[in-house]
Amino acid sequence: MSKAQALLSWIDERFPLTALWKSHVSEYYAPKNFNFWYYFGSLAMLVLVIQIVSGIFLTMNYKPDAQQAFQSVEYIMRDVEGGWLIRYIHSTGASMFFVVIYLHMFRGLLYGSYRKPRELLWLFGVLIYLCMMAEAFFGYLLPWGQMSYWGAQVIVNLFGAIPIMGEDLAVWIRGDYVVSDATLNRFFAFHVIAIPLALLGLVVAHLIALHEVGSNNPDGIEIKKHKDAGGKPLDGVPFHPYYTIKDMVGVVVFLAVFSFIVFFTPEVGGYFLEHNNFIPADPLKTPLHIAPVWYFTPYYAMLRAVPAFLHTQFWGVAVMGAAVLVFFFLPWLDRSPVKSIRYKGPYYKIALTLFVVSFLVLGWLGTEPTDFLGSLGKTDVAVILARLFTVVYFAFFLAMPWYSRIDKTKPEPERVTG
Amino acid sequence: MADPKIDGGKRRFLLATSSVLGGVATVATAAPFFASMLPSARARAAGAPVEVDISRVEPGMMLRAEWRGQPIFVVHRTAEMLEDVKKMDPRVADPTSDGSVQPEYAKNEYRSRKPEYLVLIGICTHLGCSPFDKLQLGADSGLGSDWLGGFFCPCHGSKFDLAGRVFKDVPAPTNLKVPPYTFISDSRILIGDDKGAQG
Repeated sequence: MSKAQALLSWIDERFPLTALWKSHVSEYYAPKNFNFWYYFGSLAMLVLVIQIVSGIFLTMNYKPDAQQAFQSVEYIMRDVEGGWLIRYIHSTGASMFFVVIYLHMFRGLLYGSYRKPRELLWLFGVLIYLCMMAEAFFGYLLPWGQMSYWGAQVIVNLFGAIPIMGEDLAVWIRGDYVVSDATLNRFFAFHVIAIPLALLGLVVAHLIALHEVGSNNPDGIEIKKHKDAGGKPLDGVPFHPYYTIKDMVGVVVFLAVFSFIVFFTPEVGGYFLEHNNFIPADPLKTPLHIAPVWYFTPYYAMLRAVPAFLHTQFWGVAVMGAAVLVFFFLPWLDRSPVKSIRYKGPYYKIALTLFVVSFLVLGWLGTEPTDFLGSLGKTDVAVILARLFTVVYFAFFLAMPWYSRIDKTKPEPERVTG
Repeated sequence: MADPKIDGGKRRFLLATSSVLGGVATVATAAPFFASMLPSARARAAGAPVEVDISRVEPGMMLRAEWRGQPIFVVHRTAEMLEDVKKMDPRVADPTSDGSVQPEYAKNEYRSRKPEYLVLIGICTHLGCSPFDKLQLGADSGLGSDWLGGFFCPCHGSKFDLAGRVFKDVPAPTNLKVPPYTFISDSRILIGDDKGAQG
């Protein structure tokens, strides 16, 4: 036995290193027919690592203090060696995290990855998405620019719209009567420690659940149904080396795109870093146009689309919340006998297309002022469009039990089709 | 299954009592952590009343002050402006301020202690942006020829009249809030405290 082997067995007697490696990597059998859409899970983990590492280095020079925060970010950008690079990596990473996660979620919708037995896997995923939204929101206040300040003001006031306890809740969240130093300080705590811890825990739970039930695949059939004499799925290949190598191709392409953004266009025309955020926060002066960063705009468009009535604007907040929470129910809304879009009928294909279109249109509307398309009578055209596509968005989920059942499906194959 | 030597009732009792007591201890321990996120003594002190000199506001003009970090609008309304407030009754959503927030003494036609002085918290009741003052009349304001002066929120387009009352069919649900305030003298007001002398 070589020295390395001796060391390994010394460890294995005390910690199941080899066993863990085998069960999660070298002898984790994944379906052999993964395609392009299966890059985004591993890429999401890569971005998480990028965000944690770049974030740690940013905290070394950032000051969570209303008097100093904006200047400390400028200090990082101008005076800290390589500070501009670290900050742009972190700001680009935030947006790219959502790009990757939205594509990852879309993959789930394509191939029915949320269906039995992967319901908990999906629920953990939705919780990760919620944590990411919280993480992005808390982080966005930290540069203490105009958009940071007024964005936080608007979002915290959303909680104020909740009947009865809302105002007190908003004061409790802010720790003050308006967004202030106390708010910045606690958002920093949430952003750098509380939410990342929850996020890491959920990612571990997501992976444990995945490795328990096994990966879905573009055919939406269970590879565990056909095993060889040794108990290995006939249509499975070990994750390592097959998919570690495949994922490295994805990583290289992804990092090329990522680097291009960081080095050549870190603001992405005001979509990744908004122009108004280069102006220090001014609690007495609201910018002319407030919009969240692009990944929140679909929900923001819904919020603006719902009018106030009965002296409360709670309804818009409720619609926005429901738009996110409805993802939790997806595993039980889909009644189709097949999982994958390859074998689903025209109804699902049309519904999914409309859903994607409505998500994109709402996202576009949310970046613009409500009057940017003019008005029809007394109502802005953009608001009318937002209402229409909000209905489409919800119809995708709420009508699913009906259209997925009557849809004309094709028979699933016994074995994966490659 | 059941082992006769084990007293199941006693086990359940111990399990239930220790769970309940443990739960009480957990809640009791969590309470100070929740309380630590409330506004601190310093933040509450910063919410102390502020005195504003209103003698320098010309009739028809507005002054901005700050209380609890929030913008405070003080408008010195002219007789014509007060007439215009009356004309706005059919165009506003809550003309009598029944669904809005203001001290009892400001729940009247002009939403103020003294008709000529309007005091408002300059934060839109929609989502907390600060509206712009648009005191000019008509087309000069950029808000149409029938504009009679008031406030316009740039974020989501809410409009308010010269008593801070919200227009119909805009996102904001209620009138702009009136803070508690009192006149210390004819030229000075105290914002944030209404236990003072004059009514």
